[in-house]
Amino acid sequence: MDIAALTVEEIRVGLEARRFSAREVTEETLRFAQAENPKTNAYLCFSPERALQSAARVDEKLARGEDPGTLAGVPVAVKDVIVTQGVRTTCGSRLLENYTPPYDATAVERLEAAGGILLGKTNCDEFAMGSSNENSAFGPVRNPLATDRVPGGSSGGPAAAVAQGTAVVALGSDTGGSVRQPASFCGVVGVTPTYGRVSRYGLVAFASSLDHIGPLARNVRDAASLLQVIAGRDPRDATSAFAPVPDYCALLDGKVRGVRIGLPREYFEGLSRETGDLIERSIATLKKLGCEVREISLPHTEYAIGCYYIICTAEASSNLARYDSVRYGRRSAAVETLSDMYRNTRGEGFGAECKRRIMLGAYVLSAGYYDAYYLKAQKVRTLIARDFAEAFREVDAVVTPVSPFPAFRLGEKVDDPLAMYLSDIYTITGDLAGIPCMSVPCGTTSEGLPVGMQILTRHFDEAGMLRLADAFERAGGAEG
Amino acid sequence: MKITESEVRYVADLAQLNLGEDEIEKLCADLSQILTYMEKLNQLDTSGVEPMAQVLYDAEETATLRDDRPHEPLGQGVALLNAPMAGAGHFKIPKVIER
Repeated sequence: MDIAALTVEEIRVGLEARRFSAREVTEETLRFAQAENPKTNAYLCFSPERALQSAARVDEKLARGEDPGTLAGVPVAVKDVIVTQGVRTTCGSRLLENYTPPYDATAVERLEAAGGILLGKTNCDEFAMGSSNENSAFGPVRNPLATDRVPGGSSGGPAAAVAQGTAVVALGSDTGGSVRQPASFCGVVGVTPTYGRVSRYGLVAFASSLDHIGPLARNVRDAASLLQVIAGRDPRDATSAFAPVPDYCALLDGKVRGVRIGLPREYFEGLSRETGDLIERSIATLKKLGCEVREISLPHTEYAIGCYYIICTAEASSNLARYDSVRYGRRSAAVETLSDMYRNTRGEGFGAECKRRIMLGAYVLSAGYYDAYYLKAQKVRTLIARDFAEAFREVDAVVTPVSPFPAFRLGEKVDDPLAMYLSDIYTITGDLAGIPCMSVPCGTTSEGLPVGMQILTRHFDEAGMLRLADAFERAGGAEG
Repeated sequence: MKITESEVRYVADLAQLNLGEDEIEKLCADLSQILTYMEKLNQLDTSGVEPMAQVLYDAEETATLRDDRPHEPLGQGVALLNAPMAGAGHFKIPKVIER
């Protein structure tokens, strides 16, 4: 059993053939993950007791001849912005350093009900705000493929764990690209489902009209298995969708001949040379698979970053107002008055990026500026969503790069917040439109750095997106 | 768009955020730069465009309403477990009423 390369299916087959038990998979993975973690700082904590209890339940079911579930015995890493009962959840923030949630997120509940094993909680940018995982209060994550480089963000921990082989799959969250960009930087698959496809109950809120939970995995099929388990209506999240959940894995049938693919010309400007080459060769692979490729235009793309950073900071400043150190969170020692308590707690507790976003958000929502910024951005968001709706009248999928460049060096962009924001250029539009989108690895640069290809499809067409990604992956990506 | 130090202080006050002098200086520069970038949106004519207040419209307005029946609560003890300061079954904060 090669722990670092296990797939969901291999675990299932191995368990059914009694080649190993869920307990053995769990123990081996925990041992491996604890030994490897200092190289990347991907995990913030492990949950061995809970993991072994889950493994025991799977083994008991197997012994009784019952179906142990889609994710039976699969070690899962969960981003530390998703709450886990009794397992510390910090959101990468000093403020929540000692927060132990009294309940589980729906996605966590569902993955455990399907036999999945919660191995531990993974690092991320503070409150999921960042594109490099350098904004964690508990130290940055290093890219397992090049440890002087970032893993991407904000789901840097989940992406690094999956790439490193210290988890088989992981749950991340995506607000502006936080699943897809780190997936592309670490050479793994990252899926952002349709807005509302997966319940956000228990996902600590950053920007509520943009937040998603999404799977990361080493291959498309594993990502589809995890999505299968966590998708679907949840009465505890009023924004979760009623749309039925298809059998994603059964639809990975390789039938992509005749699929119409649009390449938006606005997404192919300003790419680094090697990223551009790899994406071109990936498009050639899609053509060989029988896809019909054509150029399209998404004319409002250039307004997306401005639009996104107005909406997400406005929503973040409102959501982060709850950190008042009354019900949870670390309270400042300097608390003479109630006002001191709020101001000093927040001033000491939040890191620089959270403060910047709270300030931007409070500014754009403040009296006299609401119409000029927030309302304007909401209108521009309509135009961006319409661009996609128009495109999907002519094509079935849109294909783009995930990031203009591969993983950059630690420290390279920390002093220039705007440059960091601009690196989200290709991923934020999918979140703004609320459509499903994903990153699938296409190859590596001459320095061995992974590059991801993004696929976007119509609302609730995760199946079409995953089918195309799976066919592309099996064809060998850019090498196909 | 140039954001002044007094504007930063005003917004920090709205956001209940205590900032150091160096942070205020850095935020003047950062906010000015980022808000200037955001002015790009003004190039677009959005008259007659509806703001995107909802991401999806796939359900009827009442679809997400549930029956008004009480649920099992978290319980006072559990709810107070993460409180920085608690006592007598309550969250404790600094005194707000002077005698």
